[in-house]
Amino acid sequence: MKNFSKLIYPYVIWMTIMIIVPMLMIVLYAITVRGNDVLTLQFTLGNFLRFFEDSIFPSVLWRSLKMAFFTTIICIAVGYPAAFVMAKMKPNNAAMCVLLVTLPMWINMLVRTYAWRGILTRISLSSEINVYIGMVYNFLPFMILQIYTSLSKIDPNLIIASHDLGANDRETFLRVILPLSLSGVVSGITLVFLPAVSSFFIPKLLGGGQYVLIGNLIEEYFISTGDWNFGAAISLIMAIIILISMYVTRKLDKETPEAND
Amino acid sequence: MEKKNGILSKIFIGIIMLFFYAPIFYVVFFSFNSSKSLTKFTGFSLKWYESMFQNRPIMDAIWYTVACAVIATVVSTIVGTITAIGLSKSKKVVREFVNQVNNLPMLNPEIVTAIGLMLFFTSLRIQTGFLTMVLAHIAFCIPYVILSVLPRLRRLDPNMAEAALDLGCTPWQAMWKVIIPQIKEGIIAGALVAFSMSFDDFVISMFTTGPGVTNISIYVYGSVKRVNPTVNALSALIVYVITIVLILVNVVPMIRDRRRAKDNVLE
Repeated sequence: MKNFSKLIYPYVIWMTIMIIVPMLMIVLYAITVRGNDVLTLQFTLGNFLRFFEDSIFPSVLWRSLKMAFFTTIICIAVGYPAAFVMAKMKPNNAAMCVLLVTLPMWINMLVRTYAWRGILTRISLSSEINVYIGMVYNFLPFMILQIYTSLSKIDPNLIIASHDLGANDRETFLRVILPLSLSGVVSGITLVFLPAVSSFFIPKLLGGGQYVLIGNLIEEYFISTGDWNFGAAISLIMAIIILISMYVTRKLDKETPEAND
Repeated sequence: MEKKNGILSKIFIGIIMLFFYAPIFYVVFFSFNSSKSLTKFTGFSLKWYESMFQNRPIMDAIWYTVACAVIATVVSTIVGTITAIGLSKSKKVVREFVNQVNNLPMLNPEIVTAIGLMLFFTSLRIQTGFLTMVLAHIAFCIPYVILSVLPRLRRLDPNMAEAALDLGCTPWQAMWKVIIPQIKEGIIAGALVAFSMSFDDFVISMFTTGPGVTNISIYVYGSVKRVNPTVNALSALIVYVITIVLILVNVVPMIRDRRRAKDNVLE
C-alpha cells in the first residue's frame, strides 16, 4: 500500500511551482524597487510607506473593510431568518428552496451582476447603495446555504428535550438552536467577507466607476499603471489584513463550542 | 424544528426569491427588446440574438470559456483524484502540509492568487494567453477536486485495496477496479465543482490571459462602458443553458427513480 503514497509527488512539485512560488513572487515584488532585473534586486520598504503615507490609499482600504463588514452583517441579518424558515419547511419544500437559492449561483457572477444594471438605472440610487445591492446579491446565497446546512443538522430531539425541560421558544432558540448553528454562521462569514473585501468588478459594474475599493486599486496598478511593485505591496497589505480577520473568526468559532460544554 | 411557518415567513422567503430572480428575468426580458434601451421596452425582437451569433468576439469568448473549462476539468479531476488517493496513504505530516498549501488559494482573495500567477508567468517570460489561463485554472481547480475526493477515501475500508493486491491485482488494477469505483461520486462532484469554477471564473482569467484571448466574464466586464444590448442576449443565453442543464440534472434522476419504482411494482 505504501507505494500509493508516491502518487502525490507530481502534485507536490506542481503545487510548489503554481501555488508557493507565485505567493513568494508577490512578496518579492512588494519589497523591491520598480524596474528591477532579477540579478540586481534592490530591496525597499518604500512601497508600504507610500501606501500608508498617502491620504487616499488608507481610506480606500478602510472603505473596503467597512463595506465587506456591513455586507456580511446584512447577509447574516437576512440569511439567518431565511435559513431558519427553510429548516422548518417540509423536506420537499426545503429541497425546492435550496435548489432555488443555488440556481442563480450557477450563473456567471459577472452576468448576474451585469443583470442588475437595468433595474438600478431605472430606480437610480446612490452608487454606494448600488454596490451594496450587488455585494449582497452575490454573496447572500452562500450565507443562506451555510446556515441552512448547520440548522438542518440539529437533532430535532434536542429541541423537544429543551421544551420538555421547560424552556420556551425564545430560550430554546437562544440556548440550543443558536449555539448549534454558529458554525454555519462562521463559515458563511468566511465565504462572504473574504470575497467582498477584494471584489473589484461589483464596484466597477454597479458603482459607475466612482466607487473605488481596494481591489480596483490593485487592478489599476497592474493593468493600467503597470506599477507592479506597488500593486504587489497593496495586495500583500490586503492579504495580511484578511488573514488576520480570518484567524480571529476561526478562533471565535473554536471557542464557542467549548463555552457550551 | 417542528413548528410550522407562518404567513409572514412565507412572504419573507418570497421577497428573497424575488430579489434573487428579478434581475435575471429583467435581463432575459430586455434581451428581446427592439431598441437599445435598458429601461423602455419598445417591442419584441430577436435582433440582439442575431447580432450575438454574428459577433466574432462573443463567439470566440464562448469557445475559449468552454475549451478552457473542459481541459481544466479533465486535467484537474485526474490529477486531483490520483493525488487524493496518494494522500490517503501518506503520513499525516505530509497530508497536513499539502492541505495547508492547498488552502492558500482558497483562503486568499482571488485577486492575490491571480496576480501571483501573473507575476510568475511574466517573470519566466512566458507569453500570457490561452495556455497560461488554462494552467492557472488547473491550479485553482485541483484543490477543490482533492477536497471532494478525500472524504470518500477516508470512509473506504483500507483492507479492500490490500485484499485486491493479495489476490494478485497489480497496484494499477487495485486502483482502477477497487478504489475508483467506490469513490466515483466524490470524483464526479469534484469534476462538477471544477467545471463550474472554471466556467465562471473572472478574476484569475483576467490577470493570466493574454492579448486576444477573452472568456465570457472578461467580455462582459469589458463591455460595460457602453450600452450594449448584445450582452443582454449573451446573459440570457447563459441563463437558458444553465436552467436546462439544472432541470435535466434534477428531473432526470426523478423520472428514473419513478420508472424504477414502477418496474418494482410490476415485478
